Amino acid sequence: MSGDRITKALLFISSLTILLLSAGIVFSLLGGAIPAFREFGFRFITSTAWNPTAGSENYGAMSFIAGTVITSILALIICIPMAFTTSLFIAEYYNGNRISGILRSLVDLLAGIPSIVYGFWGFYALRPLLVSTGLSDQGFGVFTASLVLAIMIVPYATSLSAEIISMVPAELKEAAYSLGATRREVIFSVVIPSARSGIIASFILALGRALGETMAVTMLIGNANVIPKGLFAPGNTMASVIANQFGEASGLKMSALIAVGLLLFLITALVNYLGKLIIKRFA
Amino acid sequence: MKNSIIILLAIVAFTAASCGGGGSTAGKQKQVTLSAAGATFPQPFYNLAFKRYNEAGGPMINYGGIGSGGGIKSLRDQVVDFAATDAYLSDAELAEMPGEVIHIPTCIGAVVIAYNIPGVTELKLTPELLEGIFLGTIKMWNDPKILAVNPGLVVPDMEITVVYRSDGSGTTYIFSDYMSKVSPVWNAQLGTGKALNWPAGIGAKGNPGVAGTISQSQGSIGYIGFEYAFAQKIQMAKVMNSAGFYIEPTLESFTAAAASEMPADTRVMITNSPNPAAYPISSFTWIIMYKDLAYADHSRESAEATVNTVKWLTGEEAQAIATSVHYAALPQNASLQAATLLKGITYEGTPVLK
Repeated sequence: MSGDRITKALLFISSLTILLLSAGIVFSLLGGAIPAFREFGFRFITSTAWNPTAGSENYGAMSFIAGTVITSILALIICIPMAFTTSLFIAEYYNGNRISGILRSLVDLLAGIPSIVYGFWGFYALRPLLVSTGLSDQGFGVFTASLVLAIMIVPYATSLSAEIISMVPAELKEAAYSLGATRREVIFSVVIPSARSGIIASFILALGRALGETMAVTMLIGNANVIPKGLFAPGNTMASVIANQFGEASGLKMSALIAVGLLLFLITALVNYLGKLIIKRFA
Repeated sequence: MKNSIIILLAIVAFTAASCGGGGSTAGKQKQVTLSAAGATFPQPFYNLAFKRYNEAGGPMINYGGIGSGGGIKSLRDQVVDFAATDAYLSDAELAEMPGEVIHIPTCIGAVVIAYNIPGVTELKLTPELLEGIFLGTIKMWNDPKILAVNPGLVVPDMEITVVYRSDGSGTTYIFSDYMSKVSPVWNAQLGTGKALNWPAGIGAKGNPGVAGTISQSQGSIGYIGFEYAFAQKIQMAKVMNSAGFYIEPTLESFTAAAASEMPADTRVMITNSPNPAAYPISSFTWIIMYKDLAYADHSRESAEATVNTVKWLTGEEAQAIATSVHYAALPQNASLQAATLLKGITYEGTPVLK
């Protein structure tokens, strides 16, 4: 009985640690962000100014919020068809096949590549390709960043969706087959509807990752602190501006960066909450 | 999440270890360990110099290239033996320090204007052209204003892409300090700082990032530390100095910029030097340290090691190392000034150097 009690205590302590950690993060973000919000008020969220010159300091987060939301949503849109079809291929159509086995490990391999390597590839391989199409002068900008982001989040969405699709009970599918349904009909009327909430959850998880991605985006987005004027125009994201500027920041600027971090935290939390709502609706 | 916790623990452990480095040397008689942090601009020089010094029997020095701002913060928090910065401390910043802080210049770095224009190997720029290009009012490489300064230049009909530092940086500070001196428009619109509100162009992270972006993008221009342009063999523009000469960026023209009057505390920006042989965008980079080294739990031993290290760094041997990695050596007046300042450093009131 005492062993049970020890286990219970250990579990309680470790869950409490997680709780304290998240509370601590929120607390220190809030504390650090207060000077910026006191100086600029609500305008900090809506303003697009970002002027670090001493004497005329003025900070607003809107350019970065826009950059983050635009690149993440764009990445998600590009990612959905790729991840959805790949997961169906792996988990349903060719399940147990050698090709699907190879594909599955390749997808997992993609998930393991560090962000900086994706950035490298985007910088040296993808960017010149975009320049040669004539769509963009230098290849930096929202579209390039979103494309690389999409490739980065595909493995997450694919792996999870495939896992969920392969969990659809065989009895359901067999029942449909016995009624004379074709393979396509089984997939669209049985597999997808019963795995729907899980698939949506996997895409929301992927979106969460896109929101916070830093390094690859920094290398490709052009780091211009403005709302992007078009798909091929440079912009900046919340995670990227923090990574770029915290090193030499102090005083009000440091507070503004922390406030951007707090907003990013809130946006990610909001996305997760929306995801939970959607899952509940469809489940 | 799991990964980030491991990383966090590693950072905490590392910081704890490096903070202890400065003070906990009393027990170890032989090997003194010093910790320092700051600017990344002179880091290639410091890394090599400290390694050589250590091999020659000097203390082990852990230098963290965390940026000038981080270095100043570390010195204020008294967690390092000395710090390094590209921009000297303002009177306000000095007043915030818990003790008197002195500046020791260690070498001269220069910011060069690097470009990538197909077929162009020589480009001359005036302050007016720099202002126009970096503020986005001159948009094309074949702009008549550029051609007027560079007669006979064959340039493609190509848009100019300005590349700037997306991170806060001493390099940006030096460049903007120069531009603010020569261009009233710049001074009013952007001013001087480690990060600016750029009206045009794209940002890249760090000197290597800007250098890489320029070498990969046709039609681009940007400002980088000399050694990075040199290492990557990127074309560098000649810049017109205050005497009206177009000066090629060379170690000699950087040193020439520093060979003028110097205030006793060495806090001076040597951009736009009046010397006719000087390259106009050069700057000292400094080691900053407390005038009395008995702070936190620093031992006399580590105080001696600190002063000796900095003294060596401004001496002939280390200055030769500086030129080997493309930083210009201190001119005589600056090294004399450094020696005088180092003699004034004390530990509990008595001079450290005998």
